[in-house]
Amino acid sequence: MLMAIDMPALRPDVSPRAPAGDSGHHPDGRPKIRVSQIHFYYGSFQALDDVSLAIGANRITALIGPSGCGKSTFLRVLNRMYETVRSARVEGSVFLDDQDALAMDVTELRRRVGMVFQKPNPFPKSIFDNVAYGLKVNGLRNRARLREAVERSLRRAALWEEVKGKLHDSAYALSGGQQQRLCIARALAVDPEVLLLDEPSSALDPIATGKIEELLFHLKQSCTIVIVTHNMQQAARIADDTGFFLMGRLIEFDKARVIFKTPARKETEDYITGRFG
Amino acid sequence: MPRAAALSRTLVRRLRTGDEIAYLATLTFANVILLIAALLVFELWTTSALSRQRFGWGFLTGSTWDPIAGNFGALPFIYGTVVTSAVALLIGVPLGVSAAIFLAELAPPRVSDGLTFVIELLAAVPSVIYGLLGVFLLVPLMRDPVQPFLRQTLGFLPWFQGPNFGVGYLAAGVVLAVMIVPLMTSISREALLAVPRDQREAALAVGATRWEATWKVVVPYARLGIFGSVFLALARAIGETMAVTMVIGNNPNISASLFAPGYSIAAVIANEFTEATEAIHIATLIQLGLVLFALTIIINALARLLILMTTRKGTAQQ
Repeated sequence: MLMAIDMPALRPDVSPRAPAGDSGHHPDGRPKIRVSQIHFYYGSFQALDDVSLAIGANRITALIGPSGCGKSTFLRVLNRMYETVRSARVEGSVFLDDQDALAMDVTELRRRVGMVFQKPNPFPKSIFDNVAYGLKVNGLRNRARLREAVERSLRRAALWEEVKGKLHDSAYALSGGQQQRLCIARALAVDPEVLLLDEPSSALDPIATGKIEELLFHLKQSCTIVIVTHNMQQAARIADDTGFFLMGRLIEFDKARVIFKTPARKETEDYITGRFG
Repeated sequence: MPRAAALSRTLVRRLRTGDEIAYLATLTFANVILLIAALLVFELWTTSALSRQRFGWGFLTGSTWDPIAGNFGALPFIYGTVVTSAVALLIGVPLGVSAAIFLAELAPPRVSDGLTFVIELLAAVPSVIYGLLGVFLLVPLMRDPVQPFLRQTLGFLPWFQGPNFGVGYLAAGVVLAVMIVPLMTSISREALLAVPRDQREAALAVGATRWEATWKVVVPYARLGIFGSVFLALARAIGETMAVTMVIGNNPNISASLFAPGYSIAAVIANEFTEATEAIHIATLIQLGLVLFALTIIINALARLLILMTTRKGTAQQ
């Protein structure tokens, strides 16, 4: 990290408050991430308006809502990926366990809070090098330990059996579903505590989607998972908790079965029954 | 003749549809390019016949150039062209590529836009202007303090020994470097900007710093475009005539020292063509043109081979 380039201009305008007692109610268990009163702006456009919620450890939290409702922006607040956009600005507080996520070292935060993107985006490198990338930038050089970690990550991403004979082939030779699982393995390699997924199966067929969902279901034993999805059935199938966003606001947040069976708000019901708009 | 009439009617109808016209027009223009290339080779080949018959392959290895005695060897010029281009690349590639990385990845947008405009302006400056800059600014600087300094510090190397005139291989290489940097920067910057955003984000998402994401993901992803810019720059350096002629010293002798005055293929053609009166002299100059043409093709072929070899595994193209 000798040549690390700091991004002073990109430091968000943070005004951290102590985690308030009412920082978003949480239905069950110990919260891994507590978000309070987040207001988020792209220039003068407000993308999130007073969002507070707590994400439970070792649970799958699904975020649903129509396009442009702010759910992806919310996900990008959790690992501060929004900082790549110059005009972005955030107010409020995000706590990862007891640490202020908006004030901590951003590379440290992103190592602990991994991310998988909408479109599979492997690097134009071999399968092995894709998974090893995060380990290498975090300082692991030992070949044997790299190999071990790559295998472990690929196993966790349920991809090992399919690629173990061709670790040094190009990642682009894999199918779309395999590429997305490779991206999950790449994110898992640095052993994150939280995994953020931004519509991870929207570009995949139902079989590949099923594999990813099954994988997430196993992963939640070791990882806290937050997934943005357009697919209501997917959220209902895998989520423990679900938040419904509409026009930058968190309308309702509750256990998934409550959201999908007996939502408290009319907007939520309209959206999940397809009567929205 | 009803059949012919029917045929011409169909033809007219078919020509009216835009597809046919566009197809024929573009086909013609595409073939014109091939035709020009073929004509070029044909002309160079036939008009250099006299020289080729007299000297054969020995022309390429002969190191004397004496128009009065009728002795013609191409080696000093080939050497000068290759050495000045190599110096230009050695200096220009690091400068051009790092400038592109700065503009595409690190600079704030306003700075980047302003600098990009200036750089694209520089790429359009005529080479004779760079030549003037070389004569009046660079050559005096080379004479003192650059070359004396190089001799003092790196004088144990054969390249930095011998008399110091200011003009020479090094001066020509530096002028070429200045000329190719804008071209390389401009094209490399485009290649870097074309790297998908999600590649950069994937690197950042596993805890890479901004520089690690740039250097280990964005730059490798754009390497085909960056290589391309280097080869274009090389092609320009090999063929550059005016600026090189003004600062290389125009001396048809081979010297290991970069301080020594030399000559390049393009420069000797430009300098001697109007003065050449004897048929054999003209023919040798044209054969030098043929050599330059071949040199360009060989270097481009090697470049493509290099690209093929480095992109076999994990290519950026899906």
